[in-house]
Order: sequence, then structure tokens, then C-alpha cells
Amino acid sequence: MTTEIIHDLAEYIVEGLKGAVTSYELVGQDIVLTAEKDSIIDVLHFLRDERQCGFKTMIDLFGVDYPDRPERFEVIYNLLSLSENQRLQVKVPLAENESIDSAIDVYSAAGWYEREVWDMYGIYFNNNPDLRRILTDYGFEGHPLRKDFPLTGYVELRYDNELKRVVYEPVELTQDFRRFDFLSPWDGMTDAMLPGDEKAPAEHAPGYDYKETVARVAEKGRKDG
Amino acid sequence: MVKNTAVNKETEISEETQIKPYTMNFGPQHPAAHGVLRLVLEMDGEVVERADPHIGLLHRGTEKLIEYKTYTQAIPYFDRLDYVSPMNQEHAFALGVEKLLDIEVPERAQYIRVLFSEMTRILNHLLNITTFALDVGAITPALWGFEEREKGMEFYDRVCGARLHSNYFRPGGVRYDMPAGLAEDMYDWADNSVLKVVDDLDSLLTENRIFKQRTVDIGVVSKAQALDWGFTGPMLRGSDVAWDLRKAQPYEVYDKMDFDIPVGKTGDCYARYLIRMEEMRQSAKIMKQCIDAMPEGPVMVDDYKVAPPPRAEMKRSMEALIHHFKLYTEGYHVPAGETYAAVEAPKGEFGVYLVSDGTNKPHRCRIRAPGFAHLQGMDFMSKGHMLADAVSVIGSMDIVFGEIDR
Repeated sequence: MTTEIIHDLAEYIVEGLKGAVTSYELVGQDIVLTAEKDSIIDVLHFLRDERQCGFKTMIDLFGVDYPDRPERFEVIYNLLSLSENQRLQVKVPLAENESIDSAIDVYSAAGWYEREVWDMYGIYFNNNPDLRRILTDYGFEGHPLRKDFPLTGYVELRYDNELKRVVYEPVELTQDFRRFDFLSPWDGMTDAMLPGDEKAPAEHAPGYDYKETVARVAEKGRKDG
Repeated sequence: MVKNTAVNKETEISEETQIKPYTMNFGPQHPAAHGVLRLVLEMDGEVVERADPHIGLLHRGTEKLIEYKTYTQAIPYFDRLDYVSPMNQEHAFALGVEKLLDIEVPERAQYIRVLFSEMTRILNHLLNITTFALDVGAITPALWGFEEREKGMEFYDRVCGARLHSNYFRPGGVRYDMPAGLAEDMYDWADNSVLKVVDDLDSLLTENRIFKQRTVDIGVVSKAQALDWGFTGPMLRGSDVAWDLRKAQPYEVYDKMDFDIPVGKTGDCYARYLIRMEEMRQSAKIMKQCIDAMPEGPVMVDDYKVAPPPRAEMKRSMEALIHHFKLYTEGYHVPAGETYAAVEAPKGEFGVYLVSDGTNKPHRCRIRAPGFAHLQGMDFMSKGHMLADAVSVIGSMDIVFGEIDR
């Protein structure tokens, strides 16, 4: 599809969902909508049933954790329209203790995906008939994909030869977990402002074309002999 | 007397209330469970009333681990998801990172990627069809198919040094160029060797009475159900939906390839088997076209901020040495943004949703595994079937727990 047709479709959707969808943008070829949590079921119904949309398949449903935002979580519905050959993502921001309605009546596939989001992030889906944990162990505590959950977890298990069973124990690390962020001045491709950068003249601002600068310096060197 | 009848009546009632569905555990250690699936089956006699798959026994926290790794370090995790088709999954990740970095892959690398993706598809289907046949009682296909698979593994070995966990597709291209003679051998394999085995499997299974009794009209999925449950790949095409990302949203050089997409009419296990058989033939066809059309040239982008410089250059150039060092310690920084990249993996749509915050590690790497959606349909697919048919359904879904449990 050409970009114009996608824009038309996106505008049609935003028009049809006035009030429920706040904005849309185009990421590559995909339409990305941001919706309110209370109207998510209406949005999904519209996207699935409206003839011009035809988003009949839910490819994915997952969460993202942004600890710095006031509305910490984002639930993303990744839909696919076979008839329009178009992908669409609906993003729903959610605060920590908020719940969202289950999409299981619109897409049967949502069942397990919601279980996974519940398992990984602790986001509660109202009216999901079977919201058990899915990927973690029986009796697991915590929501591992939250950013404040440590990578190593809290418990480790081993087989105890005396008790003849597997036992859980608190994680013991012989060396503290180390994490290097590598946010060094060699800032490759990012436009990071590092301390001292503000002193540099504009042409040396972050993101400048280093090749061009290298060429210019080389040229200067040649002139100076 | 009156008292006695009352007692009798009571025992009758209590006997009646005792009737309840028989619950059975299938797995997690069962050869037909294709890994560590624990299936809790509620049975009425030998008929399945409800199937409740318990998954997660192979959960390793891949998505969490990737958040703590640089983009280069994340690639090997993709080999370990669906360990039967590693390269296709690296492909999805590489495409996602390339989208965010906005880099173009050299043409030769694109051909190599398609070539190996299609070979992986053949290897995957060889494994699936033969183990499926094994589950329903045929041993010979597994012996024949695995021999052929081993030859394909050798090609993996020759191109990247590993039989299984290849770590070969990197953002920006592929790690190594193909060694001399590999293209000819692969052409020969696609042209002769593998097709012979596919034909042999065909003659063993396709018209086999027992195989057909076990698969025809078993686990029927209608078109609407397949869409509703998020099925992709052969599971979707088996239900009469002509949808393949290689045709619908072509990536790499698939738009230059001439191949057909087989579509099933009946939506049962047999249709899915037939589709996989035909896909192997089509994949062999694509492989041959790739080798014929493959141009000379580099296999990695010419940008040392993403791709490591060649060894020889590192011996002479300080710049190259620094680049190499930074790439393998810090990695490269990916501009902030979000993207979804999907490929048609042998099992269905394998997608990676990347959220980058501008650092050298992904903020979130969501892995969309096709098997997860397929296994979810286990309940409605096996309902009302016999216990033995549940095995057929699992076999025809082509599930591998590496990708489902992640």
C-alpha cells in the first residue's frame, strides 16, 4: 500500500473512533493508535468489524514498562488486516494499579496473551475467565518483566539430596550483579547531550556528520602541509 | 421397609453424582508432546472434553535477558527460541534492528539470507513431518528425514561453524560470506537430494491408509477460527486463507523469486501436512533461484559503526581496531524508536517488536512466537476428539517449546 492510502485509512479510523482514539502516527508502514483504556473494547470492535478495516487477526498483545512515566505501563495490541494487508498497533497507557477490560470477546487469541501480560507485568484484565499465570513456575511470586524486578530473580532452586526433592532458596550471588551502561562520550549514533557538549560550536553539535569533519580536518592538514 | 428404600435411594443418588470427567496428565515427559508440554486433559471415556496446556516449563526469560544485553549479544538468544529454525528468527531481529538503524543490507547478503531461510524451512518441515508421522505410528519417515536434515546441518556448519545455534544473520548483513563450493553443494542438495527424500516421504505417507485415518478430518479449523485465534503460517493456510508474508509483505529479495503458496481446503491435520510437503518443494525451488541469481559483493554493510571491520584492516588501521573494540564491548547505539518486524518463519509469523531508547541495549524486545497462538487453539481443536487424535493435533501444529516458552 502506498503511504497515502494508509493515511486515508488511518484518518478514517480516527474519524470513526472520535473520542476513543486520541492520535495516530505512521511508523514505517504501520498505523499506531493511542487509545484510552476505557474504550479499548469499542476500538477493537470497530477495527475488527468495520469493512474498510478488517483487522480480523490479533497477532500479538503485550506490555511495556516505562518506570519514568506517570502512567507506567503500556499495553500494545498488534493487529493485522489480511484484506487491507495492513498492520496496526493500538497502545493503551496504564498506571500501576489500573486494570483494563479483556479483549477475549473480540479476539479469542487474547486469552493467553492477557495471561502472559498478567504474569509478566501484573496488569489485571477484567472479565478474562482464566487469568492464571502462564509462563512462570507454579507458585511464582512477582512480575518478572517489570523493570524493578532483578534479572537474577529472588529465588533459585536446586535438588536437595537429603529431602529428595527440589527446594527453593534465596538467590546468592558470589559476585554482585554488575551492569555497565556504556554511555560513553563515543556516542556512535545517538544525539546524546553529554556534559561539556554545550560549549562546542554549533557545527560540532551532537549528531554532526563526523565523516565531513574528518574530511575537513584532512583538507586543512594538507593545506598546512 | 420404608427406611430401607430411603437408604437405597440415597446410595443411587450418590453413585450418580460420582460420575465426573476423568482428568489425565499428558506430559511433560512424553515423546509425543514434542518437548515439555504438560497437557491436562479432561476425558469423558476416551473423548477429550477439555484440554488445558500448561506451558512455561522451558521458560528462560529471553525477553528479560535481551533487555540486559547489547544488540549483538541478543542474537544468539534467537537461535535458542525455536531451535529447529534458528536463522529465520535471527532474521526477524536483524530486520527490526535494521529498520531502526535505517540501514540497507547489501544485495548478496539478502540473497544469502533468503537462501538460508528457505533451507531452514525445509529442515524444519522435515523434522515436523517425520516426527508427526512418528507420533501416529510411522517410524521410517523419521529415519529418512533426519538423514537429510543432517546434510542441511552440514551446510549450516560450513557457513557459520555451528550445526544448530548459528548466530549468522546479523543486523547489517550476514557474518561471513559463503565459503567456496558451498553454493554448488547446496544447489545439488536442493536439486536432487532433498527432493528425492520429499518424494519418498510422499509415497510413504500421502496415500497411506493409516496415516490418513489418523489425520483426515482431525482437528478441523475453520477460516474464521484460524483468524480469530491468531493463527499464521501453515496453520492459517491449511484453513483456506491465502496469506504468506513472503508474498504479502515481501522482505529481502522474495519479490524477485518465483514460487507458489500452497493453500489447504479442509483445515484438518492432513491439509497442514500436505501444505508443508509442498512448501518444501517450493523452498527448494527458491534456493535454486537464489544461488543462480546471487551477485558478487560484500555481505555486510560498509559502516564500521555497526559491522566489524575486516581482520586484515585491523592489523594496519588504528581506526579499525578502535571500531572493533567498541563494537564488541559497548556495541552500537540504536536510535530511539519502536518498530515491528516479522518474517514468515516455517511455523508462521515470527515477529519482533523492538522498543529502543537510544542506548546500546533494547528497552523492550517483544518476541511474537507463532507456536504460542497455535497451542492456545489446542482446546477447541481437540475437543470431542479421541485421546489419540490429540497427539495428531499436536503433531500438525508444529510446536517447539523453545519459542512458546521463550
